[in-house]
Amino acid sequence: MADNVTPRVRVPREASAGEVITIKTLISHPMESGQRKDGDGNPIPRSIINHFTCDFNGQNVIDVVLEPAISTNPYFEFQATVPESGTFTFTWNDDDGSVYTETKDIAVA
Amino acid sequence: MISRRDFLQASMAASAIVGASGFGQWGKLAAQQLLTQDQLLEFDTFGNVTLIHITDIHAQLKPIWFREPEINLGVGDNKGAVPHITGADFRRAYGIEDGSPSHYALTYNDFTSLARGYGRLGGIDRVATVVNAIRGDRPDAILLDGGDTWHGSYTCYHTQGQDVVNVMNMLKPDAMTFHWEFTLGSERVREHLSNLPYAALGQNIFDSEWDEPAEDFAPYKFFERGGAKVAVIGQAFPYMPIANPGWMFPEYSFGIRDERMQEMVNEVRGMGADVVVVLSHNGFDVDKAMASRVQGIDVILSGHTHDALPEPYLVNETIVVASGSNGKFVSRVDLDIRDGRMMGFKHKLIPIFADVITPDADVAAAIDAERAPFADQLNEVIGKTAEDTLLYRRGNFNGSWDDLICQALIDERDADISMSPGVRWGPSVLPGQEITREDLWNVTSMTYPNAYRTEMTGEFIHTIMEDVADNLFNEDPYYQQGGDMVRVGGMGYKIDITKPIGSRISEMTLLKTGELIDPAKTYVVAGWASVNEGTEGPAIWDVVENYIRRQGTVSVAPNTSVQVVGA
Amino acid sequence: MQITRRNTLLMTVGTAIAAAVPFKAMANADAAIDALLNGAEAGSEGLTLIAPEIAENGNTVPIEVNAPGATMIAVFAGGNPTPEVATFTFGPLAGSHSASTRMRLAGTQDVIAIAQMPDGSFVRASQEVKVTIGGCGG
Repeated sequence: MADNVTPRVRVPREASAGEVITIKTLISHPMESGQRKDGDGNPIPRSIINHFTCDFNGQNVIDVVLEPAISTNPYFEFQATVPESGTFTFTWNDDDGSVYTETKDIAVA
Repeated sequence: MISRRDFLQASMAASAIVGASGFGQWGKLAAQQLLTQDQLLEFDTFGNVTLIHITDIHAQLKPIWFREPEINLGVGDNKGAVPHITGADFRRAYGIEDGSPSHYALTYNDFTSLARGYGRLGGIDRVATVVNAIRGDRPDAILLDGGDTWHGSYTCYHTQGQDVVNVMNMLKPDAMTFHWEFTLGSERVREHLSNLPYAALGQNIFDSEWDEPAEDFAPYKFFERGGAKVAVIGQAFPYMPIANPGWMFPEYSFGIRDERMQEMVNEVRGMGADVVVVLSHNGFDVDKAMASRVQGIDVILSGHTHDALPEPYLVNETIVVASGSNGKFVSRVDLDIRDGRMMGFKHKLIPIFADVITPDADVAAAIDAERAPFADQLNEVIGKTAEDTLLYRRGNFNGSWDDLICQALIDERDADISMSPGVRWGPSVLPGQEITREDLWNVTSMTYPNAYRTEMTGEFIHTIMEDVADNLFNEDPYYQQGGDMVRVGGMGYKIDITKPIGSRISEMTLLKTGELIDPAKTYVVAGWASVNEGTEGPAIWDVVENYIRRQGTVSVAPNTSVQVVGA
Repeated sequence: MQITRRNTLLMTVGTAIAAAVPFKAMANADAAIDALLNGAEAGSEGLTLIAPEIAENGNTVPIEVNAPGATMIAVFAGGNPTPEVATFTFGPLAGSHSASTRMRLAGTQDVIAIAQMPDGSFVRASQEVKVTIGGCGG
C-alpha cells in the first residue's frame, strides 16, 4: 500500500480550437518492483501504478500500461488535441485497487 | 577578399608567433632573473572586446605548487592531440625552452628544482592584480569563472564555500558556471546564488522533475561591449549526478544537451549577438567535439579537465581556450568584433607567478581574514615529506599523493586493496617540506569524505576498473567524464587503453601475495568518495592524518604496479 | 571485519548496476517482442526512440518515443529481469503519436521500442544506454 500518493499535472489554461498542447503528469509513488528484498532477505511485494489514462470530454487521449520498470514517481509527457473547451481527466490505477484521479479545465478562446 | 576562415587561420598563426616569442622570452628573462610583472602582463590591446577566463580554482586562495601531468593520454582521434601531450613533447609543440618559467608552469619535468627556483603559482590576490591590470587596459573586460571554484580546501569546507564566494566577489566576475559547487548540496548552492552579484549560467541545468530548464540558472547573458553585443552561454558539468553524488542535488538534471546549445546559439544570434562565447565545464575533448557539432560558437572557454594551453585550439571557426586550474593561470582573450562577426583574436595565457606578481592588498587582506579563524588548524604540521618524495596528484594512473592515501587506507583500515578517486584537483608538496593539515585537506576536502571498508569479489573489482576506464578512455568524447583513472593500492593491473569496455583491464594482481585476483574470491576493499548515499566510515582526512603522523616522514616509492598498453 | 547491513545493501545495488546483461534477460526480451510481433517482420522507418547515451541515474532514465500515425508503441528493456516497460496506446484526441517517460535500467543495455501502425504493420527502433558506476569526477 503506497502512502501519500499525489498526482500533479501541467496543462495550459487556454488553447485555440484544434490546438495541439503538451501535457506533463507526475504521480508520487514508490513503484515497488517486486524484485527487491528487505534487510532480512524477504521479497518486498510488488506495488505499482499499473495503468494511466488521459481523456478529454470523454474521448481518449492516451492510455498507458505500466510495468515495474517504470521509475518511482511515474512521469508522462504527451500531446493532446483540444477541439473545444472542456475538462481533461487523468486516472491512475494502483495494484492495491486504489484509483487516483485529477482533472484540469481548459478554455478554448 | 579574405574569408573569415582565412582570417582566423591568419590570426591563429599570428597568435602562435606571439606565443612563441612571449614564452621564449620568459625563458631568457628567467635565466637572467628578470621575470617581471610587466612582462607577464604585456599585451597590446586588440579589437573591441576583452574576455578574462579563470576556471577550476578549487578554493585555492593562496599560491600553491602544482605539478602538471606526466601521463595524459588521448584516445581515438585525440591520440597525441592537444591537450594529450606532456613534458618535452608539450614544450616542443609550443616552442618552450627547457628550464624556462613556462616549462615549470606547464610541464612536469624537473618539477622540484624548478619549483624551488620559480616559487609558487596562483593566489587569488595575485589573480586580482592581473584582472585589475587587464581592466586598466580595457575597463569593461568581461571576467568569466568556469566553475569548480567553491570546492577544495579546509576553509571552503568549513564555511560551505563562503570564504571563496566572499573573496571572488571582490574580483567582480560577470558570470560563472558550475560543477563541484553542487556537492555543497542544492540548498546551499541556492543560498549562494541568491546573494551572487553576477550571472549563474547553465543552459544544460534542468529541473529533474518536470524536465524543464532550472529556474535558478539562466542559459545565457548578454553584455554590451565596445559597440558589440556579446552573448555568454553557460555550460555546467554534464555528468554531475554520475561523477558526484546525485542525492546531494536531486532537483537537477544535466547532460551535454548539445541540441539545446544549438537552440541557445540560434536564439542569441536571433537577438542580435555579434559574438557567442560559451563558458564551459565540459572538459577539453568534449568541448572540441561540441565545437564541431554546434554551429555558430565563436569562443569556448573550456574548464574541468585542468588543461593549460599557451594557444587557443581551433575547431573550424571556433577557438577553444583552456586556462589550467588551481589559480595557476588567467587567460586574456581580446576579440575584434565587427559587423556581427569575430574578425580576429589575440590571446595570452598568463601564469600567476606568485613571487613576481604583487598581490592586490585588499584581496590579500580579505583572504587573510577568511583564514584567520582557522589559522591554528590550517598550519598544524602533521608530518614531513622525505627528500625523495614529491607529493603530486595529476596524471592518468597514479600520483604520489594518491599512493600515500591508498597506503593509508590499507594500513589504517586493514584492507587488502584500496581505491581513491581519480580527481584532478589537489596541489603538490615539495620534498623535504612540512605537511600541514591544510596541505592534506587540499587533496581530500569534499562533502562526502567517508572512508568505507567493504568486501568485493574479484569480478566486481574488475567491473569497477573497467567502468572507470571507459569513463576516461572511451573513444567518443561524449562518454568521457573528465576524471583520471581510479587510483588503486595493494593491487597491480595491466590496461590496454585501445580496447573496448570489458577488455581493457587484465592481470589484476594482489600485490601482497603476487597472486592474480580471483574473480570468485572476496577481498576487503577500503576507499573513499563513494557517490552512494549513506556511506559509512571515518573522514578520509582523519585516516590519512593518522597515517602520516605515525610515519612522521613520508616516503612514497615510484608506482610500478600499473602497466599501460596502447598509449 | 564488519560489514554492516547498509553496506551489504549498497553493494547489492552496485552489483545490480554493474552486472553485465545476462544472456537470459536478452532472451526474455526477444521472447516478449516475438509475442508482440506474432510472426510479423518489423520495419525500421518511422519510429524515433530518444534515450540518453549515458544514464545520469539507472533508476530514472528518460526516454521518448515518437511514431507519426502509430496506434500503439511498446517499450522494452533488453537487459532487465522482466523486459516489458510500458505500452502507449493513442486515442482519437492524441495530439501526436509520441510520449515521454522515465524507466529503470539494470545495467548498460539496449532499450527497444516497437510501434504498430494503423495497417497492423510494425516498426522497431533501439538504442543502447550506458549505465555507469561513475564517481571519479575531476
